[in-house]
Amino acid sequence: MSFLELVEGPLFYISGTIFLIGALWRLIGIIRMGRKKDISPPKGSAVAGFFKGNLRHFFPRGLFAERTWMHVLGGYGFHLGLFAVMFFAAPHITFFQERIFGFGWPALPRWGFIIAAEIAFAGLIVLWVRRFSDPVMRMISDRDDHIGSWLTFLVMLTGCLAMQEAHDILRAIHMGIVDIWLLYFPFSRLMHAFTFVLSRGATGASYGRKGMNP
Amino acid sequence: MTETANTAIQTLLAQTDTDVASYLEACVHCGECAEACHFFLSTKDPKYTPTYKLAPLVKAYKRHKAPFHTLKGMLGLVPDEVTEEELREWEPLIYDSCTMCGRCTVVCPMGIDIAGTIRKVREGYAAAGIVPEGLQAARAQVEKTGSPMGVTAKALMAQIKHQEKETGIKIEVDKKGADYMALLSSMEVMGYPEIIGAYARLFDRAGLTWTISLDAYEATNVGVQIGSGPLAKGLVQKIVDAAEKLEVKNVISPECGHAYGALRWAGPNMIGRQFPFEVVHIIELMDQLRKDGRIPAGEKDGRKMTLHDPCQIVRRGGLLDEPRRLLDDSCSDFVEMEGAGVANLCCGGGGGVSANPRAEELMLNAFKCKLDQIDEIGGVEAVVVPCANCRTVFEDGLDEFESDLEVIGLGELVADTLKEA
Repeated sequence: MSFLELVEGPLFYISGTIFLIGALWRLIGIIRMGRKKDISPPKGSAVAGFFKGNLRHFFPRGLFAERTWMHVLGGYGFHLGLFAVMFFAAPHITFFQERIFGFGWPALPRWGFIIAAEIAFAGLIVLWVRRFSDPVMRMISDRDDHIGSWLTFLVMLTGCLAMQEAHDILRAIHMGIVDIWLLYFPFSRLMHAFTFVLSRGATGASYGRKGMNP
Repeated sequence: MTETANTAIQTLLAQTDTDVASYLEACVHCGECAEACHFFLSTKDPKYTPTYKLAPLVKAYKRHKAPFHTLKGMLGLVPDEVTEEELREWEPLIYDSCTMCGRCTVVCPMGIDIAGTIRKVREGYAAAGIVPEGLQAARAQVEKTGSPMGVTAKALMAQIKHQEKETGIKIEVDKKGADYMALLSSMEVMGYPEIIGAYARLFDRAGLTWTISLDAYEATNVGVQIGSGPLAKGLVQKIVDAAEKLEVKNVISPECGHAYGALRWAGPNMIGRQFPFEVVHIIELMDQLRKDGRIPAGEKDGRKMTLHDPCQIVRRGGLLDEPRRLLDDSCSDFVEMEGAGVANLCCGGGGGVSANPRAEELMLNAFKCKLDQIDEIGGVEAVVVPCANCRTVFEDGLDEFESDLEVIGLGELVADTLKEA
């Protein structure tokens, strides 16, 4: 078995399984802590508030966007760019089709991939530079934040290097980093990709009961 | 570990439910919350970043309760135990520099309720007895007299008699079977007693039966400010007992921020059952009476006015449109400030900060942000502040910064602009 076959085969499935089980374990662990039933007479729906809260916080408020525009641009650029690259790059769709789902979907054209990847890189770099250049972010950031940023950066960088699909070793390095990223994900702050739903939802539900949602 | 630290940690962990865990798990350390916090904005000191204030809870959670804490513990990847020294070091961040205003939640991309979580952190601190002197003194006054300012029933009666004389309207005390039982805050009784007369004028005009209980007239809940669940529960229970004794249908929460949340939203959860009466905020009630045509608006006040949104009534209480409708009816030149409504800045003295002399300088600096927000409008002659605590912070702040802006309560404004009968 070649190194590429190892990281694309058994290691990928092992890390993918740990990713899935770990992420579920963590989410269930949070939910199992439970909460007391709120018995104050509601003015509105907590369930509607849960969903509204989730949607509302996708959109920055003008008042604060002025102050945090760099973060908003960097954050949106990185996340949207990464999403587009992860799920709509042609090699990824082929991989998903062959290794996981058994079906594919339309891919981004090459120029679309390049634009999305550049936006994602720019966004990630802006966010990471802010982590050590902004006094607030420097103070509150920890090792996990930096490891998560670096791993994601390496996944993206090696992915771009492997894009030509000309050298197996470049593809193997990319897949090896992806395997590490998948292993790290459920134990780290990268889990915010899932926990944000609970967090926004909890606040949204609380406000929803009060008949409003900021 | 000391007994104090152990008590704090155990209480913090007991407070950590799914909601709090979701918040701690979702924070990505983006620091945007700092941009919403008036204590950071006025000092530019990163230590006032709201999420940073939660550090003791975060450490305890990661070490003892977070998913995978056992596995990470075996690998030496959990934080050290929180020490009493650390807890004491963090105390000013927990009590002096957070008004629990919740503005940080509005900006947070994860929607984290940092204010509500600080409230839970304070439970740990209160249980361990790590509480600022000013709040301890307020607690002692409450335990002795029922009021954080030591306002006795006798002192209240003197103010009621005075307002009866001013308005010529009889104010019923301990009247059984009244539709409404009004609560007041100590600050109102001693600093702004004219609100009692305003209630009398408004309710007399609306034809409501109402009363004030001499057993439970105080709305201020120091337990909520300190973070003491047992104290907060006791104060709510006192109101519930009085309302049940008088068999009233509604209890009116006054122009006081946290009192509304403490009674309306947290109250039933504290005592473990629903109330046999409704809790209505005075602003809600006035708005409803106005809609029903029972307190018609007369000649409007012509001064250029703006509205300060008390955080616990508006952003965290849900009463966003009601005060605006009342102001539109009462004032011919009502202007909003930037971020009006849910994004409005706190006065700087909520959440017990104004009762904590150690925090005075921080509070006044934070208030300056509020004042700047008003000054940006230009030409404002009066600011309507429907919260007695905010009102005292405004008056102290305006005095400090030598501003001649007038501060008025909403109830008084509505009463003063009633249509003549």
